Amino acid sequence: MLGRTAGGLFWMFRYLERSENTARLLETGLRIALTGGQVNESEWESIATTAGVRSAYLEKFDTFDQANVTNYLLRDLDNPSSVLSCIEAARSNARMVRTALSSEVWEAVNEAWMTLKEELKRPVSVKNLAQVIRSIRQHSSLVRGALHGTMLRNDIFDFCRLGTFTERADNTARILDVKYYVLLPSAAYVGSSMDNMQWETILRSVSAFRSFRWLNEGDATPKSIADFLILDKRMPRSLAFCYAKIVGNLSFLGEGDTLPCVTLAEQINARLTGRNIDEIFDEGLHEFLKCAIGDTGRLAAQIQEDFRFYG
Amino acid sequence: MTDRRFFDEMTLEGGDPRHPYSGYADWFSGEDPKALLKKSAEAEAFFRRIGITFNVYGQKDAQERLIPFDIVPRIIAANEWRQLEKGIEQRVRALNAFLADIYNKQEILKAGRLPEHIIAQNEAFLPQMIGMMPPGGVYTHIVGTDLVRTGENEFYVLEDNARTPSGVSYMLENRETMLHMFPELFTQMKVRPVSSYPAELRRSLSECAPPNFDGVKPRVAVLTPGIHNSAYFEHSFLADQMGAELVEAGDLKVVDGKVQMRTTKGYKPIDVVYRRVDDAYLDPLTFNPESMLGVPGIMDVYRAGNITIANAPGTGIADDKALYSYMPDIVEFYTGEKAILQNVPTWRCSEAESLSYVLDHLSELVVKEVHGSGGYGMLVGPAASKKELATFREKLMAKPANYVAQPTLALSTVPIMTKKGLAPRHVDLRPFVLVSPNRVHITAGGLTRVALKEGSLVVNSSQGGGTKDTWVLGD
Repeated sequence: MLGRTAGGLFWMFRYLERSENTARLLETGLRIALTGGQVNESEWESIATTAGVRSAYLEKFDTFDQANVTNYLLRDLDNPSSVLSCIEAARSNARMVRTALSSEVWEAVNEAWMTLKEELKRPVSVKNLAQVIRSIRQHSSLVRGALHGTMLRNDIFDFCRLGTFTERADNTARILDVKYYVLLPSAAYVGSSMDNMQWETILRSVSAFRSFRWLNEGDATPKSIADFLILDKRMPRSLAFCYAKIVGNLSFLGEGDTLPCVTLAEQINARLTGRNIDEIFDEGLHEFLKCAIGDTGRLAAQIQEDFRFYG
Repeated sequence: MTDRRFFDEMTLEGGDPRHPYSGYADWFSGEDPKALLKKSAEAEAFFRRIGITFNVYGQKDAQERLIPFDIVPRIIAANEWRQLEKGIEQRVRALNAFLADIYNKQEILKAGRLPEHIIAQNEAFLPQMIGMMPPGGVYTHIVGTDLVRTGENEFYVLEDNARTPSGVSYMLENRETMLHMFPELFTQMKVRPVSSYPAELRRSLSECAPPNFDGVKPRVAVLTPGIHNSAYFEHSFLADQMGAELVEAGDLKVVDGKVQMRTTKGYKPIDVVYRRVDDAYLDPLTFNPESMLGVPGIMDVYRAGNITIANAPGTGIADDKALYSYMPDIVEFYTGEKAILQNVPTWRCSEAESLSYVLDHLSELVVKEVHGSGGYGMLVGPAASKKELATFREKLMAKPANYVAQPTLALSTVPIMTKKGLAPRHVDLRPFVLVSPNRVHITAGGLTRVALKEGSLVVNSSQGGGTKDTWVLGD
């Protein structure tokens, strides 16, 4: 496969994953607003921070209000991580690698682009935000379904999956890092309603609220949440899950060679396997997450180099 | 209503269908026009979903546009096609013989059958190709011969597209769409298939493997300028259908005397490149030192017999509009036969006598730029306003050698589906021809372009033209 094609597949799926993550973050914000929680400016600020766009946002706006944050994250083309930017970039990468995709996958991406471009043409109000988010999630599921149902399990598939899990690992680590302080045992409001809302925010922004409740029978402690999102291999957005997948895909791709990216991924994975959450808290949760974010970035760069994405 | 000044391919004077359309006309009379209109809309949605679009330069809002598709097929009878096929094959063989001659012995110039200035002053002539014999002796591997019809037995060649003809993906997708929408029609009528084109293209390119290739199956790649090119859809479509790599110049590099592509596992050689980039962007070392585009050194590899470039660089000289007027002589010179297909009479404005005729009859003529394409920079005299005529007259007088003129042909019409029912519109036809060392292969069909605007003679997609599926009937 051409290096450029591999890069196109990797980025196509990173962008798709990112658009879905952004939509999920907004959904969380909306949910809290609707259930009468105390959504103040700092909540929208924290959503912008989690999306990694806080400083870019502040160059355009002075305050973090619902309308501006929503539209900045959904449809502002100045924001390269907005859903609209991501869908444009994903579709443009898909066009570039079209010969590597099944027609079902291509059509799913193209249709996502056509529909969302239309839906995001005008500012999105609270009234239709839920509908737009549903549409983003649906299209994302359609692409994923087409990928799983119609693509050969070969190197093309592996590069797609690498993009997905690299982006997802980065996303989960960032969400946790923005909120890590509420998970610390020393946090001031343990047990208060404010605290519950924060946890709920975290769980909802990774679509894990129900599964967590089900697994823990409603018993939410900071540690159990961190354990779930970092180490639990059943949870498809946990760091451990993402890295297990990354190692799997990379080992197929690197078969026969000793590639630096494979070694690096295995090292990172080792730090997430057979660990106890207490050790991580002892090490310092914030330091651990910072390190995980840095590792993921380094790994992405190494993948790009080892598989010759660019000349 | 059908305008009797023009030959209508579907309906005879009296209202009966012409013979190739009798089966279709029967079927059509039993259909509900409203339902057919609905099908038209479905076809459009289908094209958008598949992404069969072309990019329009300089129009930011409409970066990707659809070429409108009309659901009424253009039908050609078996005997009509046989005659066209003969004529096209003869012409394409002559083009290749001409190119081999002009870049080697130049006998046609020595024989005085073609003035030297036509070649010497032509930008499409590449001195770098002098003395070069491409693999298998084929210069123009893929040709799109533009034909127009003016009567029952009157066909003219309008243009020989010998460099990088586009549109073949529309021929294929239009047929897929029709099969999908009207399966019953294909069971009732014997329509010759077009779907083997990609396989034929691959075979044809493979047969032109470079002299030093010693493997079993040459590796073929389609070279595209990238996703912003107007024909990008077609490039990716053809690569996909042929099972070939779709590469950009940035993926290629000369390594160990071969053109190689950067894969995830290192550089891998390619043997045949079907390039959809212009000559000027092939090799910055040879053609355009200012350019950042292209594959530095690819021409050296070509000369050394380690890669085939299709079409060969420099083939543009054969589809130049100034050269066009000499095509009847060229066909005769190389084949020893009279040209089967007619040329449109052409006045070369570089010649004083012709220029004065053209200036006197400007409102009746079509005037084209010698190096232009896509319908840009063209004057259609009968449709032009007084002001347009005056402006064009000035341009023409300032640079006469830049123009040729032709009579305004009474292009045949084929009906399209409109809200008011069938309505005749002017059409042309581009069949696609593949040339390999021993064979000329012509797909039974082609791209019918149709001027959607009533009365318009300009069929180019960039100027509001649409397309139709083209049916060649079996015996």
